[in-house]
Amino acid sequence: MIRSEILKDIAPILHNHLVVCNIGIPSQELYAIDDQPSNFYMLGTMGLASSIGLGLALSQPKPVIVIDGDGSVLTNLGTLPTIANNVTDNYILLIIDNGSYGSTGDQPTYAGKKTSLAKVAEACGCERVVECQAEDTGKIVQQALDSGQMTIIVCKCESGNAKMPVITMDSVVIRDRFMKALQA
Amino acid sequence: MTGNINKRITNDLVSNGVSFVTTVPCKQLAGVIEELETRDDIFHIPSNKEDEGMGLCAGAFMGGKRPAIIMQNTALGVTMNTLATLIQFYRIPLPMLISYRGELGEPVACQVEMALHTKAILAQMNIPTYHFHKRTDVEEFDNILKYTFMCNKPVAILTDATFWGEN
Repeated sequence: MIRSEILKDIAPILHNHLVVCNIGIPSQELYAIDDQPSNFYMLGTMGLASSIGLGLALSQPKPVIVIDGDGSVLTNLGTLPTIANNVTDNYILLIIDNGSYGSTGDQPTYAGKKTSLAKVAEACGCERVVECQAEDTGKIVQQALDSGQMTIIVCKCESGNAKMPVITMDSVVIRDRFMKALQA
Repeated sequence: MTGNINKRITNDLVSNGVSFVTTVPCKQLAGVIEELETRDDIFHIPSNKEDEGMGLCAGAFMGGKRPAIIMQNTALGVTMNTLATLIQFYRIPLPMLISYRGELGEPVACQVEMALHTKAILAQMNIPTYHFHKRTDVEEFDNILKYTFMCNKPVAILTDATFWGEN
């Protein structure tokens, strides 16, 4: 399975939840599969999805699901100690680990080689870390929501992208409708 | 005249509804960071890098909190992309209380190198910038915070060694 197939699989679970989605093709795929006001699409700023989601989870009580990638987590590796040391049980970080920089031409990342992001997360102090295969992602995300515990999920999948259009919605519109959805 | 400067700055943050503060430390900022830790009405979350901290602040703002970042000017370079493509692009208000290292009174020569670029970088980024040099300059802090949350922009407050050193 590639990322877009996983997103299609878990879209019904994400529905009506606050979702912070990583820059580039992941956001384009989610936008095409199930656009909703409670999706926050990152149009730039590689690496910060997990940080934006953590700030959001720490500031209000609703569950927050961050859809991140292995390349982006490697870019902002300092995020994992911050997450581990500021536990907020409404936070789920789903790292879709396809071992490649998908939006830039599928160049390999170190997470697809010797580096285990699940072990890094554990070493950083994250308490509930689950590594799963692509096919089990929906079940694991639902379990994480049901557990009421902060969870880091590392979902191992194949490299590859669906062909989707660029998001042309204005950034301020994305932010404004997201904040209104949150308050609703 | 202004009493304890760290208490004064923290009081202004609190009275302007700032309740989520991320910090990357600097020796000049140690007192204000210590003061933040004593306040129940401020959630203090140290970050490992300043762009990470700005991501936390963006999320906190969307979650309904007023954020602020406290950092050193030498780290401005690592935040350029985040300032442009997250904070400015999505119009997130962000007070940036920045220690202005490398100014008069600086003991470390290397700090001068980034001080030379600090105001030019901020000007290039169209970031409103205030420079606290005299202790009494702190009296503008309250108004700067109001201005920041009025216009939904990042705003820099540079605080140099003379400002922190006067007692």
